[in-house]
Amino acid sequence: MTDGLVDFTMPSLGSDMEAGTLVEWLVRPRDKVKRGDIVAVVETQKGAIEIEVFEDGEIAEILVEPGQKVPVGTPLARVRKGVPASAAAEAVAAAAAPPPPRAPAPEPKVVAPRRKEGRVLASPAARELARSLGVDLAKIEGSGPGGAIVRADIVGRATAPEEKKPIGLDLAAMREAISAAMARSKREIPHYYLQHQIDVTPSEEWLARTNAGRQPADRLLFAVVAMKAVALALKRFPQFNGFWREGKFEPAAAVHVGLAIAIRGGGLAAPALHDVDRLSLDELMTRLRDLVPRMRAGRIRGSEMADATITVSSLGERGVEALFGVIYPPQVALVGFGTIVRRPWLTENEVRARSVVTITLAADHRVSDGHAGALFLDEIGKLVQEPEKL
Amino acid sequence: MNEMRDAATQTSERANAVETTYREAVREAIRDALRRDDRVFLMGEDVGRYGGCYAVSKGLLAEFGPERIRDTPLSESGFTGAGIGAAMAGMRPIVELMTVNFSLLALDQILNSAATIRHMSGNQFGVPLVIRMATGAGRQLAAQHSHSLEGWYAHIPGIKVLAPATVEDARGMLWTALQDPDPVLIFENVMLYNMTGGLAAAAGPVEIDKAAVRRMGDDITLITYGGSLWKTLAAAEALQGDAINAEVIDLRSLRPLDNDTILASVRKTRRALIVDEGWRSGSLAAEVCARIVEGAFFELDAPIGRVCSEEVPIPYARHLEEAAIPQTSKIVAAVKAIFGKAR
Repeated sequence: MTDGLVDFTMPSLGSDMEAGTLVEWLVRPRDKVKRGDIVAVVETQKGAIEIEVFEDGEIAEILVEPGQKVPVGTPLARVRKGVPASAAAEAVAAAAAPPPPRAPAPEPKVVAPRRKEGRVLASPAARELARSLGVDLAKIEGSGPGGAIVRADIVGRATAPEEKKPIGLDLAAMREAISAAMARSKREIPHYYLQHQIDVTPSEEWLARTNAGRQPADRLLFAVVAMKAVALALKRFPQFNGFWREGKFEPAAAVHVGLAIAIRGGGLAAPALHDVDRLSLDELMTRLRDLVPRMRAGRIRGSEMADATITVSSLGERGVEALFGVIYPPQVALVGFGTIVRRPWLTENEVRARSVVTITLAADHRVSDGHAGALFLDEIGKLVQEPEKL
Repeated sequence: MNEMRDAATQTSERANAVETTYREAVREAIRDALRRDDRVFLMGEDVGRYGGCYAVSKGLLAEFGPERIRDTPLSESGFTGAGIGAAMAGMRPIVELMTVNFSLLALDQILNSAATIRHMSGNQFGVPLVIRMATGAGRQLAAQHSHSLEGWYAHIPGIKVLAPATVEDARGMLWTALQDPDPVLIFENVMLYNMTGGLAAAAGPVEIDKAAVRRMGDDITLITYGGSLWKTLAAAEALQGDAINAEVIDLRSLRPLDNDTILASVRKTRRALIVDEGWRSGSLAAEVCARIVEGAFFELDAPIGRVCSEEVPIPYARHLEEAAIPQTSKIVAAVKAIFGKAR
């Protein structure tokens, strides 16, 4: 890295992502970028994902060409930081100025296969780990003495060369990713399950009134009421919002709700809606309308894939009454909303036809217990019944 | 020597601790043994009227009399042999050999008699003898008087070899050694005698067959003993600034070696560096290194490192002497090299 230049690396778009294929650059060298700009499209097992840049500056150099598959952490481009957006000529002056603070050192690099003479230098512990993970040491760049591969170079970055795939959703790869994540979840997470039935007739009536004067594109769905209720309940029950990492629970400060979205043909993904607790129902609805079609088209942003702090799965109109979810690791809880059904229901000592939804909780028993889970579900139930207060 | 004082200060923060020097702790251990067991006596060159060449036995002659604090002629082979005979006959002698440099004159007695008699006599005789001696460089005593040969003695089956590095061990190892049915050699590093540390008022015997983890860490195991312990602990503190969290093991016993403690630590940290004031070739450090490779090869994430004395006669000139033996800066640099970092 020279002064003012930072690496823009292949991001990790989920705990199970090991590598991604650069599909398309949306910028060229000398283009000005600012933090949050979408600069490239990356193909992962979950589909094509638009990735954002985290620096203000200018693209200095493109390092990876479209079509190349590289492991997480590989530099994709270099960004010259802090170049004034107005004057390209000032870039020279900026380069001569004192260097800005360096970005954090990039993760140890994994490179394209090395066709090196002789044997690969690797520690015994690294070899043992590589063998157990099925990692080819020849493709890993060592950070140890003399460039030897040490354990840290391998942990979590197993790679294998694959055939180039067409752009868009790859359902087979997505199935593989789901299978890995769900098997890990059931292997590692001691789930417990709770269910709670709620009369949501008032909520439905409120939605009908609210939507009455609106164009179809502006109408609110019960799903946003459900998500907002979960997000607000999490503020009182933070032990369901966060991650289990390295043997302990890390509560998350923000509430990013992963919404399970079924993909036609048999896929499933749970991209995140950010800061759900702070958005109004209308704002949430706008985000949802933006997110779902993008997900189904396989164009999703990196940050949306990676950072959900809890998952909500809503079966919508064509499902069954209740679902008992499998937690998406490293999250610690999943809230399920069954299909709203019309049922005979006792209100004020009379049996009436009411709209009833079954809310379920699958939670990680390492982090929380059934008692807390019950209070959490009860809180969600209360919030759902009063959507006007959300 | 600053690092020694720092480490000693930390120790003294313990409750009920009395500030004491390593020298005083050894003297108190001898005095305690003389009081507790009338079979115990001390003999060696200048231990009586002169008070010991490092003043360890100062005052003991007046307190215990010439029968039990015995000045000997300048004949290491002779009085070590006398100590062996006394031990075989039922006494519990403490022989002071002044320094490891002069112990070479008694090597035949130690190796061919003390270490072998239980074996040669078919277990009819044992030699419950304790031999104390000073060891190590650092006092500008030049090439003939600066040896660290404890690793040589650790090569010999039939004896135990101890290296107390703290005031607790200086105070506590002697009595336990005297209870051993076989010869025990205690090596006191010359640079430690003036070190002060806190010693519990009720301090007494300590066990002598376990290594001690003197500092907990996750990234590398630094294995050392004796005078190098404090340099190694200082290096571990310095490495914290490079985000390297080192565990420090004080071997305490050089023979037998506490394999379990060493291997448990290395299996955790996956890296090891041995600091040994002996010369590198054929050193105790080499033995520890071999045992780690035998016991934890597949756990290792880096080559094992060693910081030993340079393979030269120890120089007289201070700067050359300092350059010849392990120092904190050398340990820090060697650890960084193991992590593939520049100095």
